[in-house]
Amino acid sequence: MTYLAKPKFRHPSLEKNERGFTRRDYEGSISTLCAGCGHDSISAAIIQACFELNIEPHRIAKMSGIGCSSKTPDYFLGQSHGFNSVHGRMPSVLTGANLANKNLIYLGVSGDGDSASIGLGQFVHCVRRGVNMTYITENNGVYGLTKGQFSATADRGSKSKAGGTNTDSPIDLVSMALLAGATFVGRSFSGDKPQLVPLIKAALSHNGPAFIDVISPCVAFNNHAGSTKSFDFVRDHNDAVNRLDFFEGRAEIVTDYEPGTVQDVEQHDGSIIRLHKIADSYDPTNKVATMNYLATHHEKGEVVTGLLYLDPNPKDMHQLLRTVDVPLNRLGVKELCPGAKALDTINDEYR
Amino acid sequence: MPKPLEATNDFVVKFANTNGSGSASANELFARAILRMGVPIAVRNIFPSNIQGLPTWYEVRVSGEGWIGRRGGVDFVVAMNGQTWDKDVKELEPGGYLLYDSTKPMPQSKFRPDINVIGVPLTEMANSRYDIPRDRQLLKNMIYIGAVGALLGMDHEEMVKLVGEQYAGKDRLIKPNVEALGLGRDYVLEHLKGKCGLSVKRSDKVGDRIFVAGNDAAALGAVYGGATVAAWYPITPSTSVAEAFAAHCKRLRVDPETKKNLYAIIQSEDELSAIGSVIGASWNGARAFTATSGPGISLMQEFLGLAYSAEIPAVIFDIQRGGPSTGMPTRTQQSDLTLCAYSSHGDTKHVMIFPQDPHEAFEFGALSFDLADRLQTPIFVMLDLDIGMNDWLVKPFKWDDAKAYDRGKLVSYEELEAGKEFWRYMDVDGDAICYRTIPGVHPTKGAYFTRGSSRNKYAKYSEEGSDYVENMTRLLRKFETAKKYVPGPVIRQAKQPTRHGVIYFGSTSAAMDEGLDALEKQGIHIDTLRVRAFPFADSVIDFINAHDQVFVVEQNRDAQMRALLVNEGAIDPARFISILHYDGTPITARFITKEIAERLKAFGKPARTKVAS
Repeated sequence: MTYLAKPKFRHPSLEKNERGFTRRDYEGSISTLCAGCGHDSISAAIIQACFELNIEPHRIAKMSGIGCSSKTPDYFLGQSHGFNSVHGRMPSVLTGANLANKNLIYLGVSGDGDSASIGLGQFVHCVRRGVNMTYITENNGVYGLTKGQFSATADRGSKSKAGGTNTDSPIDLVSMALLAGATFVGRSFSGDKPQLVPLIKAALSHNGPAFIDVISPCVAFNNHAGSTKSFDFVRDHNDAVNRLDFFEGRAEIVTDYEPGTVQDVEQHDGSIIRLHKIADSYDPTNKVATMNYLATHHEKGEVVTGLLYLDPNPKDMHQLLRTVDVPLNRLGVKELCPGAKALDTINDEYR
Repeated sequence: MPKPLEATNDFVVKFANTNGSGSASANELFARAILRMGVPIAVRNIFPSNIQGLPTWYEVRVSGEGWIGRRGGVDFVVAMNGQTWDKDVKELEPGGYLLYDSTKPMPQSKFRPDINVIGVPLTEMANSRYDIPRDRQLLKNMIYIGAVGALLGMDHEEMVKLVGEQYAGKDRLIKPNVEALGLGRDYVLEHLKGKCGLSVKRSDKVGDRIFVAGNDAAALGAVYGGATVAAWYPITPSTSVAEAFAAHCKRLRVDPETKKNLYAIIQSEDELSAIGSVIGASWNGARAFTATSGPGISLMQEFLGLAYSAEIPAVIFDIQRGGPSTGMPTRTQQSDLTLCAYSSHGDTKHVMIFPQDPHEAFEFGALSFDLADRLQTPIFVMLDLDIGMNDWLVKPFKWDDAKAYDRGKLVSYEELEAGKEFWRYMDVDGDAICYRTIPGVHPTKGAYFTRGSSRNKYAKYSEEGSDYVENMTRLLRKFETAKKYVPGPVIRQAKQPTRHGVIYFGSTSAAMDEGLDALEKQGIHIDTLRVRAFPFADSVIDFINAHDQVFVVEQNRDAQMRALLVNEGAIDPARFISILHYDGTPITARFITKEIAERLKAFGKPARTKVAS
């Protein structure tokens, strides 16, 4: 792979958001993934979500591990700092970065090998700690960079391109996230941008661990008949429980829906998530019911998508640790060093 | 029967107990009482990897001359543990004293004819005075402390005062403890007067020194050095670094108005996560550290390579213990040198600094954060269990309020705004240290992509051999630059010109100082050099070249420091004579003196490496 710079040329008529940025300002370098890769659609959705949310690119820190998915932060938000760390360990790096500066937006991008195999422990513990982040797994059930081995999210009985059958039970990252205490959990499909973009927007606005599992078919190694992560399979078995619109705080909301078909959930920052119900009785604020629904529908071989669980008033790691309002990385010797006089007292106590 | 030992302010008392019996606080009270009498002491806690029921020893060296290393040998043993009785009796110097619980008679065969046996019916005294079993156990400890204090002619009031300090706030405990001390003292005054030739005499040799453990000191150093993020995983013997950091922060780092914390501590799920969070926090501009021991460093290898390669500051306190594998978790060693120096796969070199005691643990603990920021690389603060978990009598901590933190080469918003050119891995100043930006610094300038894979000086992914080589050679030059910033060696010339030198580092210092004094009294003169950092200053290599033979004293099996010297200095291995001590106990002055004297006597013979236990 070589580095390919995108031309800086901008057409003057490009649409600008409230901050004066065009979509192009949220792009990165040219993707080196395979043509048609689901991951590129997710990058495009991230770009769209950030553009629509009017986020200044430098307010985002994008973090990843190792793998095809973890390469993607290079392909979006070129004006954001990025950190491509080590395999399966992005969650700990993101946790540390978040501790240093609570005011940035943390976007973790990972894959199923990165988060469900080598990094399962870090994924769960990061969620457990209530780290304020948006954690996206680009889930294709396969190791792409090493050419087609099953990953831990591959369903039992799923066929590999080389003809093998997966005998291991799959890990469901959505269920793991729920169990670990994620306060925003969604699943989507890289081929369903209308569902994915508002989901990412809502997650980025969420003040706690937000997790989105995005089924993202691997066109090179896992898009054949017999795979349960192929485009066709996911389209055929997609059980979307809801669709959502995302409104930033205090936007005027016009209601023209049939009663009972829409549920508005207000997040702590004032933003509103409007859920258009598809599955009649689905209530994404009920965690136990969510787990039950997921288990039942997984048994049926369905891929449940949508905003699956939301705690509108989460507590994030910094609240739990009671850190000061100023980011820790802004504090200097004046705030941090107790000084010589205090040391005299301390010395006395050791005598 | 040899003459009973007689000494004032110069002897070793050892308490043999079982852990979980409550003996630790009683023994420590005894030690502090001697300090309060103005007499220097050196203590060593020798404990098992266990919570209850296994042998533990507390050794108190009383040294009017102020030697704070372990001397070797025991003059007075308080044998409270039947499991280790034979060993404890055997270790006693001829003419030494054995105090035991004489409630039940011991067969004569259990004693040695050349020692002085002092029986005190401790259990009987405790049982007849106290009803509750737990009280009997705990206060029995105070009874023997009272008895030993009286035998050594100590100031009883100092012990009483310390009980008051120790239980301040739990006042109901003061009376029974003071009473138990008195029971022990009275028994001695009544039955055993004049039985012991060892004594503590009030002195003024302690001065303004403080009595503190290295882990506590290092944690305080981290507070003073501006650490705001700590991520750690419990492991002996490093756990008390994180715990002390939490305690110091609770007191020194809470905003007085909002009561919110100017720090964040997370107990990670493992060491991989701990170093990952340190790297994430440091990348994002906070000063961050972890504390661990050898097994933790083994687990951190991959991340350490990332920090080296991507040039991210990190501070790692390595409290070394006996390896390999689980090894001896509660014993001391200096055996992580090669592990840390060349951590991770591929070509790496890491900076290590070697505090010699808790005073330097504080100083280097604070300094390590400046080094990490300046050099943009991991800094290992190499402590060991001996420094970390024992209280040492050392010079008081010092801090200069005029000192600012060295945050290294950071590009600010203003500089970016003014048009300063920024490329993350470009060597602008010629010292191989590049400029960095902190995420979020500027809306349109200064962002870069951090990665462990090879990149060019513009921080862009590159598989070009020339980009890779340019980077790797620059990292090597940066290691050279590090020599300018790390603490230099401490060199001491012998009183007479000599062809012999000795190199040592870390916790060996205390025993070395005393050993050299003893050698000098024997007419043996040796120049010394104490290594305080890796990379080695040029003066370290000069020192070796200026001597025909150089002893390297270290506490590991494989002569790891010597290997680093041979490797980094391209020095003929034959110039070195290794003195190695690695049984898990701290090295002693007696050991060093004997080894060096013997080697020098045998000189001319091809004596190179003798492995000692």
